[in-house]
Amino acid sequence: MSTTIEVTGVVKKFGPVTALNNLDLSVQTGEVHGFLGPNGSGKSTTIRILLGQLHADAGTATVLGGDAWRDAVQLHRRLAYVPGEVNLWPNLSGGEVIDLLARLRGGIDTRRRDELIERFDLDLRKKGRAYSKGNRQKVAIVAALASDVELLILDEPTIGLDPLMEAVFQECINAEKDRGRTVLLSSHILSEVEALCDRVSIIRSGAVVETGTLTELRHLTRTAITAEVETVPADLHTATGVHDLVVEGSRVRFDVDSADLDRAMRVLVAGGVRGLTATPPTLEELFLRHYGERVGADATASAAPTDGVNRHQQAAVR
Amino acid sequence: MTATLEVTTAPVRSRTTRDRFTGTGTLIRLNLRRERTPLSAWVLSVGVVAASTFSTIAALYPDPAERTVLAASIATNPAFMAITGPVSSTSIGAVSAWRVGAVGTSLVGLMAIFTVIRRTRADEETGRTELLASAVVGRAAPLVAAVTVAIGASLAIGLLVTLAGIGSGESAVGSAAFGVAMAGCGLVFAGVAAIAAQLAESSRTAVGIACAVLAGTYGLRAIGDVKPALSWLTWLSPQGWANHVGSFGDNNFAVSALFVLATAVALGVAAWLLDRRDLGLAMFPARLGPASNSRLHSPAALAARLQRGSLIGWLVGMAALGAVTGGVASTSSDLLTGNPQLEELMAKIGGAGAITDMLLSAMGVLAGLIVGGYAISTALRMSTEETADRVGPVLATAVSRPRWMSGHLVFVIVGPVLLLAVAGLVGGLINSLQVGDLSSGFGGAMGAMLVQVPATLVLGGLAVALFGWLPRFTSVAWVALLIALLLGQLGQLLQLPPWLMDLSPYTHIPTVPTADMRWTPVIVLTLIAAGLIAVGIAGFRRRDVS
Repeated sequence: MSTTIEVTGVVKKFGPVTALNNLDLSVQTGEVHGFLGPNGSGKSTTIRILLGQLHADAGTATVLGGDAWRDAVQLHRRLAYVPGEVNLWPNLSGGEVIDLLARLRGGIDTRRRDELIERFDLDLRKKGRAYSKGNRQKVAIVAALASDVELLILDEPTIGLDPLMEAVFQECINAEKDRGRTVLLSSHILSEVEALCDRVSIIRSGAVVETGTLTELRHLTRTAITAEVETVPADLHTATGVHDLVVEGSRVRFDVDSADLDRAMRVLVAGGVRGLTATPPTLEELFLRHYGERVGADATASAAPTDGVNRHQQAAVR
Repeated sequence: MTATLEVTTAPVRSRTTRDRFTGTGTLIRLNLRRERTPLSAWVLSVGVVAASTFSTIAALYPDPAERTVLAASIATNPAFMAITGPVSSTSIGAVSAWRVGAVGTSLVGLMAIFTVIRRTRADEETGRTELLASAVVGRAAPLVAAVTVAIGASLAIGLLVTLAGIGSGESAVGSAAFGVAMAGCGLVFAGVAAIAAQLAESSRTAVGIACAVLAGTYGLRAIGDVKPALSWLTWLSPQGWANHVGSFGDNNFAVSALFVLATAVALGVAAWLLDRRDLGLAMFPARLGPASNSRLHSPAALAARLQRGSLIGWLVGMAALGAVTGGVASTSSDLLTGNPQLEELMAKIGGAGAITDMLLSAMGVLAGLIVGGYAISTALRMSTEETADRVGPVLATAVSRPRWMSGHLVFVIVGPVLLLAVAGLVGGLINSLQVGDLSSGFGGAMGAMLVQVPATLVLGGLAVALFGWLPRFTSVAWVALLIALLLGQLGQLLQLPPWLMDLSPYTHIPTVPTADMRWTPVIVLTLIAAGLIAVGIAGFRRRDVS
């Protein structure tokens, strides 16, 4: 499988602030790739390097086989972009903006545009300053999806959309995937990423800390087990990979590392299982685990009073 | 349910007049914090110019007899009368006030306009006012706070100018009258800007409306001062009132009541309009646009769409300036006195030669400075687009950075040529109609205007270069225009060193039609402008886009 986006060792500094610190990112052709990270972690900076709007201080950024900075104009014929913060020209109507952006990209599929406008229920005749945030976002989404391109780069595209439009957006992205297009989707909405993405990269403090399919990522975390047993096996307390074991009479609750799941089950079965619930980790847990680590790291670095606050946050995380 | 509704709406209905101004004090402090750099620059530079003019006039014209000749020559010379207005007496103070007041009153007006619009309509446009208005802030508070700060700055200029006069040993009463005349113009245009901020939805248009009023009242005063039959026109203009105060002459303080009255009326109208519109919107509801537009297909088409409105407005304004030039120039042809002392002084203003030519040259210089402002604001439209995050989506399409810039650069380059050509065309036609000779009347006006093009291009080029390399310091281009204006208006009179004068591109422009055309400086300036634009493009190609 070929790669559409290949970023290696990219560093970007803004004065004293290091926004990207040795960032690697790889997006396969034809996949929907989720790009997750807390605010200020460098998602938009990465995207703007991919678009050739920022010049990386070190490292390489390759998009569709070309250099993101040097070949920007040629590459942009083959990709479409939706910014997180859509600002329209106050005196241009939404229809004019859609036409303009699509034409600047090299052409517009008018039938597809009309179809999208209908699905997103967009009023084209309003001027830029009269649109609400969600409607400005819809203008940019329609302009991007109506273009005949190989790659879609979407920077938190659904912020401001209502749940109905969010559903329409997910249908459209799935349709794009079926047509063989590659999508890089930066998002905060984990259910959206879970529903759409084949693979996910989690970015933290300017570097990708985790990347893989959702199954692979889940493998890195723990499954929550709740079971009714005839007798609680004594080995369960010492079994490797079992954490936070709680025994309430004949009922046991624990988390187990995915790698040790098989061994833990054998131990459990020895006690005679009458009922069992296994909950796979959600993407939210994955995300919060990385986010939580950062909170924990901050706590050790800072003084005692804030430590209490952070522990409280961590408690909320779990 | 109904009862609850009544309870919650009651306080809104009983809103008192005082509520309208709640939070004004806090907003004034916020405005002072945000405006401290530009306002100190305005106030100090006008103060310094006034102070240095008093001392220079005293050194240049120590002899009362000399000043009598000067005063007489001003009164009989339409070129002076049109651009600066009459002088009130033969004292050093009066001549200084005449020279400073000519540009000074309009500068104070511009300061008031920029300050008020920045802190009203521009804040509304960006949504900052929405954030503030959701706090405990009265509906009229942002407007009152903006106007208060602008009026305060105008009064500070008035005070500084007064102190400059007294400090130079001039009469305290005359100095105070001069201070009142300067500050009064600031007051009136703060009021005009307050109205403009209610009418237009964009701050750009609001500034345009207010500046058009300022240019219009300048024109009314110019016509009234040149044509005795129309002298009543000067009473319709704040700049005219400033002359009617007659600082260091009649010291007619009663005229200052006109400033206060006009300001009060303007602010009343602004407040009345404010109550009749919604936050963020203008008086007139926005029209719907087309659902589709196949002509909007290139960066050039987009730039044209964004720039055309302001170009049309400027063309109308420059046609009006041309009309005033043509109308005033023709009446001056038969007033040549041949007085050597007069000619020496005239040489300091526009060059030697016939009075008509002199007036045309002087108006050409004025037009050149104004169009320099157009070149800068047009170039900095690129900066506005970038800070508003509207460049990113365009550059994410198959558009290169130079191609995106080129759409705007067309206006930076062709716009000034068109504007000066229109002023020359209208001025030349009116002049030749009145003279009755198309051949002699037309060329002078056209030449005086078009010769300014290279200097305006240099300023536009400077703005492009700043945008390419130092996007955070694009306002330096405006400072350059202000310096060029002050050097041009006062440099020769203040006998500033040549190297300082040479900093302004306008210094190098031959004073056509008074002087002969010299192509070398014109070509060199054009090359410098081209170089600056190329440097700007190169800079934007390699820098990060925010």
